[in-house]
Amino acid sequence: MIMNSAQRALDQLRSTRVWKSIFRRGPARTNRTRSLAVFGNLFLHVLPVKVRDKSLRVRATYYLGSFSFFLFLLLSVTGILLMLYYHPAVPQAYRDMKDLRFVVSNGVFLRNLHRFGAEAMVIAVFWHMFHVFYRGGYKPPHQFNWVVGVGLLLITLFLSYTGYLLPWDQLAFWAITVGTNIISYVPLLGQPMRFLLLGGHQIGENALLRFYVLHVVILPLAAVMLIAIHLWRVQKDGGLTVKEDHEREK
Amino acid sequence: MTNPKDSTGAQVPNPAEEASGSSRRNFLSEITAMALGVAGIGSIVVTTRYLSPNVLFEPPTSFRIGPPDDYPVNSVTYLPDQQVYIVRTPEGFYAESAICTHLGCITQWKPELNMIACPCHGSKFKREGSVEAGPAPRPLTHFAVRLTPDGDLLVDTLEIVQQTQVLKV
Repeated sequence: MIMNSAQRALDQLRSTRVWKSIFRRGPARTNRTRSLAVFGNLFLHVLPVKVRDKSLRVRATYYLGSFSFFLFLLLSVTGILLMLYYHPAVPQAYRDMKDLRFVVSNGVFLRNLHRFGAEAMVIAVFWHMFHVFYRGGYKPPHQFNWVVGVGLLLITLFLSYTGYLLPWDQLAFWAITVGTNIISYVPLLGQPMRFLLLGGHQIGENALLRFYVLHVVILPLAAVMLIAIHLWRVQKDGGLTVKEDHEREK
Repeated sequence: MTNPKDSTGAQVPNPAEEASGSSRRNFLSEITAMALGVAGIGSIVVTTRYLSPNVLFEPPTSFRIGPPDDYPVNSVTYLPDQQVYIVRTPEGFYAESAICTHLGCITQWKPELNMIACPCHGSKFKREGSVEAGPAPRPLTHFAVRLTPDGDLLVDTLEIVQQTQVLKV
């Protein structure tokens, strides 16, 4: 009864001019209209129209890629909310971090969600990579998508690393001291690279601001681009690598 | 622009084009590509230059550390603001960096062990900076120490000197 009236309401909504102007088609009831619904949607069109039901089994992927993507979304949302209280300046950054923990309503929850989400994302991305590797997902025709995936792994690590400085506490300071000194061991380009990354010889205001810009603008933008290519290529390369049934029995 | 066709439909070659081996279209495309290339390289150079700051608000590289009498013979004094040790031996003064040569942590003078130790990865140095143990690849850096005309000691961290060099006062 309720289902029927909900269905009627939905049908009514679909027949309105506004709905039609946005989606340009009626309900997706046939295979053709279902395909059109995917093709005609900016967000869905990177996904395949059809998937083998084998690749939807939990054991095919353990949804590790989807889980990494979900964590990326979670980190974007919590990160944007944290930005509303955080000033990337010395010494305000440390105070803002303390305020988020002890003064702002639910601040400690959001901060912890961001922090532990970030750690979970590093684990999820590595796990995803190992899983794809052991499934042979780096082999043709997936070799380019494997390279994109390695790029995404590096971006995840850089995001994690740049975010580590932002609380501006002792742990952050010394971790970035050690990390940027590792960069300076690169032959010839090491010292200039460290100077450009820190905006100086020491970790100070410039370094904090540069890490902040990298963390909230440059790296997330790069990640969004590569994620889009990564998902789209899954479809273009003929779907996920799945074990066929006869392989499973071995 | 396409060349006119003869009665059989084949294109009549343009004599001028044949002689020079290029058309106006090719010429313009090449010029445009070159202009875009120059603009592209230029913007990379300009941006890279922009990324490197000209004025830094960092501690001064040379600083006065007071008269020699402030430092007793056979003493190691750590100056936290400048991150250097001022060592006075019977031979004279030297200044050495407290920054570990491994990955840049601040070391600590341990008088009871007569050595300088790094808390991060366990490097140990002798008082004059030679590596005793741990991952540090180089001895601690020694900076030039001078006496100003009015009798203060002056350390210049831009001038790196040999470990054996001491200031006799």
